[in-house]
Amino acid sequence: MPSHVVVDRTAKHVVLICASASFVILGAIFIFTMREGAPALQEIGLYNFLLGTEWRPGQEMFGILPMTVGSILVTLGSMVLAIPIGLACAILLAEVASFRVRRLLRPAVELLVGIPSVVYGLVGMLLIVPAVREIGGSGFSILAASLVLTAMVLPTIISISEDSLRAVPKGYKEAALAMGATQWQMIWHVQVPAARSGIMAGIVLGMGRAIGETMAMIMVIGNSPIIPTSPLSQGRTLTGNIAVEIMYASGIHRSALFSTGVILFLIILVLNTVATFALRRGLKAHHVA
Amino acid sequence: MKKLLTLLITAGLIGATVLTGCAGTPATHDTAGPTGSITEAGSTTVQPIAERFADVFTQMYPKVTVTIQGGGSSVGVKSASDGTVDIGAASRELKADEPALVKHLLCRDGIALATHPSNTVTGLTKDEVRRIFAGEITNWSQVGGPNENIIVVAREEGSGTRTAFEELVMDETLITNTAILQPSNGAVRTTVSITPTAIGFLSFGYLDGSVSSLAVDGVLGTIENAKNGSYPIVRPLYFLTKEAPSGLVKEFIDFCLSAEGQSIVEDEGYISVD
Repeated sequence: MPSHVVVDRTAKHVVLICASASFVILGAIFIFTMREGAPALQEIGLYNFLLGTEWRPGQEMFGILPMTVGSILVTLGSMVLAIPIGLACAILLAEVASFRVRRLLRPAVELLVGIPSVVYGLVGMLLIVPAVREIGGSGFSILAASLVLTAMVLPTIISISEDSLRAVPKGYKEAALAMGATQWQMIWHVQVPAARSGIMAGIVLGMGRAIGETMAMIMVIGNSPIIPTSPLSQGRTLTGNIAVEIMYASGIHRSALFSTGVILFLIILVLNTVATFALRRGLKAHHVA
Repeated sequence: MKKLLTLLITAGLIGATVLTGCAGTPATHDTAGPTGSITEAGSTTVQPIAERFADVFTQMYPKVTVTIQGGGSSVGVKSASDGTVDIGAASRELKADEPALVKHLLCRDGIALATHPSNTVTGLTKDEVRRIFAGEITNWSQVGGPNENIIVVAREEGSGTRTAFEELVMDETLITNTAILQPSNGAVRTTVSITPTAIGFLSFGYLDGSVSSLAVDGVLGTIENAKNGSYPIVRPLYFLTKEAPSGLVKEFIDFCLSAEGQSIVEDEGYISVD
């Protein structure tokens, strides 16, 4: 057999093995967390676990509703801020900014992704928490957590939205301008709607990052297992629930933390599926055009 | 900036305690030394001291292996009584419904009440402390301080320090669930040091200039006061054996209680026993 054919076949198999590795890892993680979490779910019952409002492991009370609410609130809070800021930034980078401004801004946005989350947490703890305390409460709050998350998800939203704005066929823009649209009308009524699916995908991926964030959240949210009653109230996220307590947990408590992981896994699975569909629809739309 | 440093140093210290296990080389008793193995399990508060004991002991007697495991005080009691390990460890007194075991008092650990240095309250009674952590007293003015809400900082469920605090102070009442929970002594200290109206509890070993330590029932939380028994929030750390120890286990426990062993205790920030 000629050597290039051997190389060709080997390469094909190597790539296949590598590709299936990620699938195997995903499956292994899911099966392992399920197995470790199952005893707690059996003993507590799915209903009490998901909808219980008291988390007191010492008293054998394992309700994760406060943490689910906490995770959802900080995620929504960060989205309310990050979507307008991110979209504005993406429009600036894709449509408005001169080459020089873009050359400065784009690396800055990309750099934000590389900052470790513990550093966001530190800045949040020493800057944002005291600032929020000026408004009221202890400062360790849903609001502080949302603000920190906003900074963390912005780069994801900006870069994906910018890419999808750039992917809109030139003809759309030219046609709009030729028909006498102003630049803003062109951007808002043509470019943004055409890039809608890509922008949606960016937002959903940003949400995924927000809901999965752990370290920075532990440092600024206060970790109290209560359902927050205001943006200034403390809270706890699903990820924080696991990270804060796993060190000393044993028996059913430990198992309940793994069950928390299963719930988190399912939430992120749903978010990613939505993102994938949004992206695919976006790509198709452009091909038709 | 200073607080940022403290935080980084705390993180560094955790790494350092792992590393220092390898440092220090006491005299090796060569060839003639005993052989065999010792197993220990239980309290995670005792664990770091036990690991240091084990390191030094196995350097003295290279043919001995000492296995140290965590699990918590209850695990220590259970595994010592059913014989799964040679030595159990507990950071609390034995409960009435637990099997009787031989207790070897290793050292003591004081739990300090930390507040922000700017706080004008310098002391509380034990009952006031309990009511603050239970969420019954919520304003500093109720205990002679300024009209500010008290921000309660505690450890997470399962922590040995929290369990001991609950036993020594809370007396069956639950810690309020609106308390800010932090996952380590260091994080509690940092939180208190950046929050002017906060109160938290932490192991004596973690006290530094960034927080002030309150007097409880009029007694200042210092190593001396804990040693002479006047400070009320002190917990014992025990090694537990099923019967009076003999052979290698006795040798190991005797070493822990010797002057050399007790200097390790003080190194780790705990209160030695004389």
